[in-house]
Amino acid sequence: MSIDFSPLWISIKTASTATVLVFLLGIAAAWLLTGYRGKLKGLIDSILTLPLVLPPTVVGFFLLVLLGRNSPIGQLLNSLGTQIIFSWSATVVAASVVAFPLMYKTARGAFEQIDINIINAARTLGVPEWKIFWKITIPLAWPGIAAGTVLAFARALGEFGATLMVAGNIPGKTQTIPVAIFFEAEGGETGRAFVWVILIFIISLVVMTLMNYWTEYQRKNMPSVWRN
Amino acid sequence: MKKFQSIIAIVITIVLAIGLIGCGTKNTADIKSGQPEAKNVTLTVSAAASLKDAMEEIKTLYSQEKPGVTITYNFGASGSLQQQIEQGADVDVFLSAATKQMDALKVKGLILDDTRKDFLKNDIVLVIPKDSSLIADFKDLTNANVKKFALGEPKSVPAGQYGQEVLTKLNLMDAIKSKVVYGKDVREVLTWVETGNADAGIVYGTDAKTSAKVKTVATASEDSHTPVLYPAAVIKASKNVDAAKDFINFLYSDKAKPVFEKYGFVFVAK
Repeated sequence: MSIDFSPLWISIKTASTATVLVFLLGIAAAWLLTGYRGKLKGLIDSILTLPLVLPPTVVGFFLLVLLGRNSPIGQLLNSLGTQIIFSWSATVVAASVVAFPLMYKTARGAFEQIDINIINAARTLGVPEWKIFWKITIPLAWPGIAAGTVLAFARALGEFGATLMVAGNIPGKTQTIPVAIFFEAEGGETGRAFVWVILIFIISLVVMTLMNYWTEYQRKNMPSVWRN
Repeated sequence: MKKFQSIIAIVITIVLAIGLIGCGTKNTADIKSGQPEAKNVTLTVSAAASLKDAMEEIKTLYSQEKPGVTITYNFGASGSLQQQIEQGADVDVFLSAATKQMDALKVKGLILDDTRKDFLKNDIVLVIPKDSSLIADFKDLTNANVKKFALGEPKSVPAGQYGQEVLTKLNLMDAIKSKVVYGKDVREVLTWVETGNADAGIVYGTDAKTSAKVKTVATASEDSHTPVLYPAAVIKASKNVDAAKDFINFLYSDKAKPVFEKYGFVFVAK
């Protein structure tokens, strides 16, 4: 049984890139919305959470139309001589969109748990807002942020429906492990499908476990704010 | 406080118990009342995705003739439908878009051989988005301005398998290999072409006919691929063999013929 291992690298590359993107965007969105007091808060929150509740195929179709060649975005990219649909970037876009709500929701939960008195105390002491964010908010919310990151990575790694719709199935380019599993199983190549199933199982388990131990390690070695 | 909690617990238990008794009685009543009307059967029909529109119309037609029979469809790629049946899915009738899947089930003894018949034939065509004029024939796929070309995954999608045969026969497959995007079924290929994200795609003649957003530029010659025959058969494990046989005979009959022809199929059951 000869196996082309390109889906492994594509999957790891896609999930890692998507996690970095979602980590930054998710925290930013969570932070902005925690501070936002306007009437649209509920609506904005729903929109940001939508990819989590919609079926991935709906997200995929939406992205296909939004980024496709006949859309304004697609035409702009086309004039620059590039395309997102059916390229590796499409796998990242699909994985990021579906993983985003997990990061955003968990981070926002963590931000809202923070005792506002601590932040107000810092303010009365004249600490600038950006410093409060980096030195107080982020460390206090870190367990939640770490959990969100693990969830986002896991979701990005397992993304299938939306990915297949916007990135297609191009071996060596956009074929991720879940897509490979689907086509091997459909094509009756149960043995190969099984190899991929085992592999994705191992990757998920290793990443989640490492992340858990790391969070635990940090909790023990940075006692200042978490031990209360 | 403790007392209050235990009262609540007792109330909840009673409510749930009554609820459960209620369910139980209702179910027995259903079974009792259902027994005299044994004619009410539900047939599960696993059909290739390309048959979707025609089969929905067949369903309406058939329900006029046999009001007691409810038809439930399960549409998908023939390969996955075959897999589901092999894994023991509760299916009564299988309509495949290629003989390969039906043969596989036959070898495993999962179909009633005497009910099997190739009843439809389809064309393999090359489609492009409606407002495009990029290509006019299969050989134009090698043009540099054709960036992405959609094809069903040959291992599981019959349309992809036929398409690959055509391209291999025309000696084009190697030249365009880098442009191919493999779809999980023929409808996905069609969506990609409809939305203009693929410059061209290979689908069935019937798919091209149902979509207003694509146009057919070439039809593969009959000798360039194995004939696209749609076999049907009753699944051996069916619990409603008689009803299933009746339905399948309806598909083979002249009543069903105009429906299939309307959607671009060639009716070959005799």
